[in-house]
Amino acid sequence: MPFDAAVARVTTGRPSTALKLATGAVLLFLHFPLAIILLFAFTTEDATFSFPPPGLTLSWFAVAWNRSDIWEALTLSLQVAAITTVVALVLGTLAAAAVHRTRFFGRETISFLVILPIALPGIITGIALRSAVSLLGIPFSFWTIVIGHATFCVVVVYNNVLARFRRTAHSQVEASMDLGASAFETFRYIVLPNIATALLAGGMLAFALSFDEVIVTTFTAGQQETLPIWIFNQLTKPRQRPVTNIVAIFVIAATFIPILLAHRLTQGTSEVAGTGK
Amino acid sequence: MNAAAASPGRRLSTFFYQRPTLALILLLAPPLLWLGVVYLGSLFSLVVQSFFSLDGFTGQVVRRFTLATYKDLFAPANLDIVIRTASMAAAVTVAAAVAAFPVAYYMARYASDRIKALLYLGILLPLWSSYLVRVYSWKLILAKEGIINWGLAQLRLDGALEWMLALPVIGGPSLSVSSLGMFVVFLYVWLPYMILPIEAALERVPTSFIEASGDLGARPRETFRLVILPLAFPGIIAGSIFTFSLTLGDFIVPYVLGNSALFIGQAVLAHQGTAGNIPLAAAFTVVPMAIMAVYLIGAKKAGAFDAL
Amino acid sequence: MRFSHVSRAFGDVRAVDDVTLDILDGEFFSLLGPSGSGKTTCLRLIAGFDHPTAGSIELHGVEVSGLPPYERDVNTVFQDYALFPHMSVADNVAYGLMIKKVPRPQRLQRVDDMLEMVQLSGLGGRRPSQLSGGQRQRVALARALINRPRVLLLDEPLGALDLKLRQQMQIELKAIQQRVGITFIYVTHDQEEALTMSDRLAVFNMGRIEQVGTPAEVYEHPATDFVVGFVGVSNLVSGDVARAINGSPETFTVRPEKILIREPGAPVPDGLCWVEGQIHDVVYLGAHTRYRVDLDGTGTLTVTQQNVDSTSMDVMAARGRRVRLMWHRIHNRRVATHA
Repeated sequence: MPFDAAVARVTTGRPSTALKLATGAVLLFLHFPLAIILLFAFTTEDATFSFPPPGLTLSWFAVAWNRSDIWEALTLSLQVAAITTVVALVLGTLAAAAVHRTRFFGRETISFLVILPIALPGIITGIALRSAVSLLGIPFSFWTIVIGHATFCVVVVYNNVLARFRRTAHSQVEASMDLGASAFETFRYIVLPNIATALLAGGMLAFALSFDEVIVTTFTAGQQETLPIWIFNQLTKPRQRPVTNIVAIFVIAATFIPILLAHRLTQGTSEVAGTGK
Repeated sequence: MNAAAASPGRRLSTFFYQRPTLALILLLAPPLLWLGVVYLGSLFSLVVQSFFSLDGFTGQVVRRFTLATYKDLFAPANLDIVIRTASMAAAVTVAAAVAAFPVAYYMARYASDRIKALLYLGILLPLWSSYLVRVYSWKLILAKEGIINWGLAQLRLDGALEWMLALPVIGGPSLSVSSLGMFVVFLYVWLPYMILPIEAALERVPTSFIEASGDLGARPRETFRLVILPLAFPGIIAGSIFTFSLTLGDFIVPYVLGNSALFIGQAVLAHQGTAGNIPLAAAFTVVPMAIMAVYLIGAKKAGAFDAL
Repeated sequence: MRFSHVSRAFGDVRAVDDVTLDILDGEFFSLLGPSGSGKTTCLRLIAGFDHPTAGSIELHGVEVSGLPPYERDVNTVFQDYALFPHMSVADNVAYGLMIKKVPRPQRLQRVDDMLEMVQLSGLGGRRPSQLSGGQRQRVALARALINRPRVLLLDEPLGALDLKLRQQMQIELKAIQQRVGITFIYVTHDQEEALTMSDRLAVFNMGRIEQVGTPAEVYEHPATDFVVGFVGVSNLVSGDVARAINGSPETFTVRPEKILIREPGAPVPDGLCWVEGQIHDVVYLGAHTRYRVDLDGTGTLTVTQQNVDSTSMDVMAARGRRVRLMWHRIHNRRVATHA
């Protein structure tokens, strides 16, 4: 209703300068720390963060490249994120399919249950899992990290896939079975292509979520260091601080880019074929 | 009839067609097992643990029901921690609401579609960047030699800063190790969580309401106070759920920018670590859970869940 | 196809209530009824998308209740066409053959033949989103027919089309059915459509069948007051007025085109019955005019007359006039009324 909106704008007046300033200030507030991180990746200083930086250099990039502990942490983060994504994709799709297809009493409960790990503060999830794991006598390892991450990553896949299921006409599934395809063939030829981009978006969100996670990981990891844990451990060490900045920039990019792509993927509308109505 | 032979896939598919409940159970079992058993189970075991206690001598957890651990929680030192965390959460929530409102208002009422999309992206971008990195960035910014101090010195305001840092509760040795610093960082990381629900709530106020209010004789300020603000309130409550809950449980910000005065999150981490005092750690965890439960019930009554 | 005492209940609600029906091979059979009358549910039971809670369904003598849709020799044309958006038109049409693993050359040939039959040759490469409503409808038809089912189910396929297109498609569908020779089971709420296309039809109401018969039977000899009201215009006369006209107070009906309009007091020939009243409403419909006449006593009758030599001005002026209505007694039909 563009006309309505234009009328409203005229009748409610133009935004005051104060309002515009406030909006601008808040946006600046939100963004300038990221700029600072970027800036201090280039400073020549080793142990402090004096502003303005005494000099600018690219040498820290080479130093970061040669640090083996960074590579190990990076590898671990990637491995955990990859496996977490796969687990979340499978569990999230199964749950979304079950909730979508049947009217059963526990529907709302399932939705609530899936959201809980991400809704509760990370510390609760973290310590709950830690005490359960130690109770069961399982040693803290790579797999305990994955268990922790997968638990709260399921929900992003679940939400995406469920929303896509809801946007797809069920008559397509019936039509496929009517034309001779079994449930599995229908899944392969009809359902999967329809939810493909939702799976991709959910998977990327899960990846980003896992890659960035630090609170639950501190509880469920043993001696391992994921990249966020590495950063966390660096915070009290005054050596080679710009290297931390470089890693920080990398983590920003590695989490921000998948999320942006996922956002783009779920923006487009998928048309329901055949309805002339 | 179908020329395709009855392959095992088709036979299995027909089997499930005739038994839809079984199919449903199989679909649900993996996620339910994982979330229900693993997650809920561990939550439950956590609460159960809070009713156990730690034997001071042996350092072992005594698995017998007792309220002694909860009594420990009320000891002055521990109670301090709870109060400190809750106050910070409250302060951050109020500040976030105040800071978020103009932006949300501008976005909902005045921004054209293109500007609004850009603003959305602008607010989501920091949210999508790594949380830890954003906290870390403030350590750089608030450092004694960092940009804030440099800027204040340029403006000859460093005296004012010294005075603030000398204040008992909110001050500290330097900005990057003080309650004031923590407050700013908490505000920074949670602000997008407050802007979005408020914006959503404001968007839902039909322009006809505002016009009707003006038509009935109210001046813009009165319209704001009597019409817009009450309708935006559920959005504020929704946002406050995030800011409050996230602050209650956080241990990263106090660790990076705090001093020895602990927050709940740090207490939990400390107690379950080398001390092995899981019951006390669990009891500490129950505090935010309880506070949030009460808060959520109240929020639901205030209609906040429609704004999410 | 045979329904034997089939019921489908959803909790307390019986969407299909003890329905027994026989449909013969090669028939064009319509399931006619208002929304929620159970006709679509019956169709879905035949196709296999739903299970009856009671009764049995037989297809060519074989009980099909336990068979999934892909094992039944039945294909469906859906109300929303249900075309697969990520496949081309040709791939959509070929889908059933692909599943049956028909070799590619034959598949392509049969798709071409089928597209020609529904007059969509050359559009095989397009996506469904690029087609008009009428074209999508034909693709859905082609996709179903290509599998050579013995029964084709159609669920209100023409509902989304405009009037002219709908009338044209009705003729085409009927022609295709006669050419291909298979059984069509057609669901619609449009009684005109059902009367036009069907060999036989069943009138549904609240989960039950009110009447089964040829279009002429259902129209000329409606069995119940519901059928009277749903198929054609309802002219129900009962009570004292009925006794005055017909000699007994039982409810009867007479079709509006059978009634003649004369001056009050006009002579009544042998074999005709009559009643007087006042024209309450006139609706000019181009080729004919519909009059609503309030009868002396109680009740109204609807009368339609062809505008043979009257103009719109003439007929509109008739409003408020007193008239005598008369018609042949043989057109009176007793109807069973619901309690």
